[in-house]
Amino acid sequence: MQDDKIKKLEERFEARIAADEKIEPRDWMPEKYRKTHIRQMSQHAHSEIVGMLPEGNWISRAPSLRRKVALLAKVQDEAGHGLYLYSACETLGISREELFEQLHTGKAKYSSIFNYPTLTWADMGAIGWLVDGAAIINQVPLCSTSYGPYARAMVRVCKEESFHQRQGFEIMMTLANGSPEQKEMAQDALNRWWWPSLMMLGPTDAESVHTAQSMKWKLKRKTNDELRQQFIDQTVPQADLLGLTIPDPELKWNEERGHYDFGPIDWDEFWQVVKGHGPCNKERLGARVKAWEEGQWVRDAAVAYAEKQSNERSLKREETVIQSKAS
Amino acid sequence: MKDQLYQYILGIADNSLILGQRLGQLCGHGPSLEVDIACTNISLDLFGQVRSYYQYAAKLAGGDASEDSIAFLRKEREYRNVLLVEQPNTDFAYIITRGFLFDVYHELFLERLMHSKDETLAAIAAKSIKEVRYHRSFSSEWMKRMGAGTEESHRRVQDAVDSLWRYTKEFFQPTEAEKAMAEAGIGVDTSSFKATYDQHIAEVLQEATIVVPTSPYFQRGGKEGVHTEHLGYLLSDMQYMQRTYPNMNW
Ligand SMILES: [Fe+2]
Ligand SMILES: [Fe+2]
Ligand SMILES: [Fe+2]
Repeated sequence: MQDDKIKKLEERFEARIAADEKIEPRDWMPEKYRKTHIRQMSQHAHSEIVGMLPEGNWISRAPSLRRKVALLAKVQDEAGHGLYLYSACETLGISREELFEQLHTGKAKYSSIFNYPTLTWADMGAIGWLVDGAAIINQVPLCSTSYGPYARAMVRVCKEESFHQRQGFEIMMTLANGSPEQKEMAQDALNRWWWPSLMMLGPTDAESVHTAQSMKWKLKRKTNDELRQQFIDQTVPQADLLGLTIPDPELKWNEERGHYDFGPIDWDEFWQVVKGHGPCNKERLGARVKAWEEGQWVRDAAVAYAEKQSNERSLKREETVIQSKAS
Repeated sequence: MKDQLYQYILGIADNSLILGQRLGQLCGHGPSLEVDIACTNISLDLFGQVRSYYQYAAKLAGGDASEDSIAFLRKEREYRNVLLVEQPNTDFAYIITRGFLFDVYHELFLERLMHSKDETLAAIAAKSIKEVRYHRSFSSEWMKRMGAGTEESHRRVQDAVDSLWRYTKEFFQPTEAEKAMAEAGIGVDTSSFKATYDQHIAEVLQEATIVVPTSPYFQRGGKEGVHTEHLGYLLSDMQYMQRTYPNMNW
């Protein structure tokens, strides 16, 4: 009887998604749907926040005031994305503290790309161009995903990500048209960020665990390999425009497929970084934990102050009630 | 006269530059996302102001001068900011206290600079004052939260106030350029609002249950380019690209 009822609910739920209806926080949803969404949305939120660190690394050293302001604003946008996504995640009944706890203990993941170091100013260009570029490819389909709060957050996020991508490309263009040293800096950044950017689109389909279910719930519209191909096809002409060389000797246009062929991806490196052994995993997580721990007394103070204020207010209300009764 | 105006503008703008740079160092490391975003906002406002001032100063200087040559290519002794704004991000109590002690000054200063005979300065001040009112209210609110929050936050913010207090008198000790500009109706006579400043500070500290320091010992020198040891490191980071790769477009 109970099972029967749940089965009916589930059928109606799947039918709503199939009919492109949005699921809202108060709607009934299968537990697995809730859990999967918490996992994916929080992973996305964590990526935005950890992603602030590699670029934040160059705010103090930005080469001009205009670039400094643009970079600060970009990193701030990423904080905003984190904020929308944590809020969307909280609608599924998990608190921000719990989400941070999962990040800090390593239970929750974030995008591995942010475990690579930013070594020169050109990395600010390469990250905007390639990393935000790959993020857009991952995220545009999510603007029409089934969970309402996630879809709406993604619409706002994607608008800003495409701005970041153009800004990154413009930094690369300035360097590519600059002095020989600047051009070399740009090429070096492309060399270091190209392969990790391809890995950002996720493990190859054969090894991807969640795909079928995610397709049904519209958390995914295309497979990782399809997205990767789309990213490569879109980015190669941009590299040509910059006059930079993509570090892949096997990269070649395939007339028959209508796509670029490309060389093998080093998946061992990918899994090493995912498992916590990339160049900056320790530093990135360490910085997040440090900020959280050092901020504890600040957040405590804000809570204690707010409580005192509301106590005072209710005390004043009581006084006025007593006074008005007396008069 | 033109040279004094140039020096005067740097004196104003360098405060925003150095404080903006300090707050920029925080981005991504704040105690909460909301506070992180707010501190970055303040930093962005300050850099926006800096650009307006330096663009004007570059026009006055003529030749190859640009907002970036002024921002990045001076020697340490040529920066005119007050000592307060270069003090490090020791902890959140220091960050907010440094901001608060500056913001109250900054708002009162801009309220007067708005009436400058120099139209460009008056316009920059009129635009900046709205931003700075928000900075002042943000830092004042946090002074109260920390002061009247928990025992630990109270102790930390009292410590920050005690330590940074010695840098608060420099605002009101005019340089030659400041005196000349005030006389010409272009600049602000800061001594005219010292009492108001003290009063505003005392009001917030009182609400925050923070004791106003009574130490009679103060530090000065920033306005003449004699800084604390902290500034050199800040400049090394800030100037790194311009020094390593001179004469390039970014
Ligand atoms: Fe983002
Ligand atoms: Fe993103
Ligand atoms: Fe972005």
